[in-house]
Amino acid sequence: MPPVATTSVQSDTVLEVVDLRTHFVTDDGTLPAVDGVTFSIKRGRTLALVGESGCGKSVTSYSILRLIQKPGRIAGGRILLHSARAGTIDIAQFNDNSPGLYEVRGGLVSMIFQEPMTALSPVHTVGDQIAEAILLHQPVGEAEARRLGIEMLRKVGVSAPERRFDQYPHEMSGGMRQRVVIAMALVCRPELLIADEPTTALDVTLQAQVLGLIRELQRDIGCSVLMITHDLGVVAQVADEVAVMYLGRIVEHGPVREILKHPRHPYTQGLLKSIPSLNTGARLASIPGSVPSLQAIPPGCPFHPRCPHAVAGRCDTGTPPTLQPAAAAEVTVACVRAGEIPVS
Amino acid sequence: MSPPLLSVRGLGKHFPIYGRGFVRKVTGLVRAVDEVTFDLAPGETLGLVGESGSGKTTAARCILRALTPTAGTVLFRPDDGPAVDLATLPERALKPLRPRMQMIFQDPISSLNPRMTVGQIVAEPLVIHRLARGAELDDRVADILRKVGLKPEHRSRYPHAFSGGQRQRIGIARALIMRPSLVVADEAVSALDVSVQAQVLNLLKDLQAEFRLTYLFVAHNLDVVRHFCDRVAVMYAGRIVELAPVHELFTQPKHPYTRALLSAVPWPDPDVKMRFDVPGEVADPSRLPPGCAFHPRCGECFAPCRTLRPELIEAGGGTRAACHLHDPVQAAQRRATG
Repeated sequence: MPPVATTSVQSDTVLEVVDLRTHFVTDDGTLPAVDGVTFSIKRGRTLALVGESGCGKSVTSYSILRLIQKPGRIAGGRILLHSARAGTIDIAQFNDNSPGLYEVRGGLVSMIFQEPMTALSPVHTVGDQIAEAILLHQPVGEAEARRLGIEMLRKVGVSAPERRFDQYPHEMSGGMRQRVVIAMALVCRPELLIADEPTTALDVTLQAQVLGLIRELQRDIGCSVLMITHDLGVVAQVADEVAVMYLGRIVEHGPVREILKHPRHPYTQGLLKSIPSLNTGARLASIPGSVPSLQAIPPGCPFHPRCPHAVAGRCDTGTPPTLQPAAAAEVTVACVRAGEIPVS
Repeated sequence: MSPPLLSVRGLGKHFPIYGRGFVRKVTGLVRAVDEVTFDLAPGETLGLVGESGSGKTTAARCILRALTPTAGTVLFRPDDGPAVDLATLPERALKPLRPRMQMIFQDPISSLNPRMTVGQIVAEPLVIHRLARGAELDDRVADILRKVGLKPEHRSRYPHAFSGGQRQRIGIARALIMRPSLVVADEAVSALDVSVQAQVLNLLKDLQAEFRLTYLFVAHNLDVVRHFCDRVAVMYAGRIVELAPVHELFTQPKHPYTRALLSAVPWPDPDVKMRFDVPGEVADPSRLPPGCAFHPRCGECFAPCRTLRPELIEAGGGTRAACHLHDPVQAAQRRATG
């Protein structure tokens, strides 16, 4: 049975992730890569999920499409997709290989991966790969799929799309391949696009072109975007909202301008101060120490051993702080001292 | 002013392209580096920036003779000896100079041997060059580990036991134990997370002051370059297109490519808008366009750009740019013809 919870669709929200927990069971114990993540994405808007290596941002995005492989598993939480076409679906409730999951993947929600090389099959033409997505999700024949595919290639700026359609990925440059990947992801007009570090492997001028293309197509199709990135520059330029992750949890969430200009969580503050262009002095401010391993998450607030504002007895004991509304509109912060720390 | 530590003149590295067939005739050349010229003063940090394939890493490797250049001279003046041309020096004469010039690599995982302990990795250059042994070797290893922010007791551990930032510190210790005067850092902080990147950049600055190091800093992250370098050379398709003091480059970029590059950087400030519409793709170094290699992508291209290769010329503010717009004769003709 497809786990359709309800048919009443909240009009302005496309995705609601509630208390998502994705754990990896290993010989060394259970690693909580994502541990109680809650956020939502508004229709047509872009949410950036930002953090350093190992913070769980990619695991969160893979969980949404149920791409987590063993020994990982979704240990709890809900992933509610409020689709305008298919009603509300809890993606977390699907069995692996259930037909409903295939309807979601590439149809209602699609994904762009970091490596344009590995995201494409080297033994199929790009046309076959784009047509495959169309034939899976739309009731059209092969001739029509070809026409739609060529039209999509033209839209993403591939020159001579009729000829390119029958070429293999190795015949194209890295920039062209990333355009093909974007064409493949958006050809079925998904309601949500997940972009996992889509420009990290690209040079700066190519990065600008690809980010511009995603933005243009987002307006055209009207989809929402979940942008996974470690680059706060990309966040500033493309996101409407930001959620900052640290050790499997969101520590601060809010409108992009507010978070980047007036960060409230000490981790966000430290992250922003580490960026050279936001520094004024000769020396860069940096966060002391390094991210602890998931096997040894500190008690209390997981950030407290590196935090300049940590207070013994309040920050280092008990359960990790949860996101609470801050003084600014729509901002939530997971810090017990949020009201006491000066806002920069 | 003291003479430059390094004078690079007309440096070139051309790779032949062989045709098919038995004889393997040379059918073309990849001009990976072409006519690169610059000076590096003692204690200075020069940034070498550009996109993939611009030749910045090849140029850096030619300077250290990790690759043999096919053209040009690389005059190196270590403070304790006469100037030598690294480009043509025979291998045997090169070895005694190796301790004076060291390299820090991008990838802190693949550049450290997983079967060697940190102590062995850091001591190896001294052992190879027979510069220290026994207790002196131990002392120098312990000393340099402390200097880069590691502990002497870390020497018995293996690289896998360290985080990315710590591994990069091991690579820095291995380079600096030779007490070099020139350090080439090839994307030394690119693989690091931003908070760790800040720690390593601070460390490199501190070590530069302590050991009077001269850095050739190869990077693609313009934000890091702006913070870290004194002067910047921008490379495009194997050539330097602009060479400028860092402040001048970021406030008054002279070459249209530099301007395009800077406008496409996503600055972490929502009020500074980036351009999403920089046209075209980076030129293929095996099929360079005639004239200026950037002309097919350039919005200010005019007649000579299509036929005449521009040389680096004075463009004001201490900047040298390879662009006909800054050639008074060409610019006057451009205005006259409208």
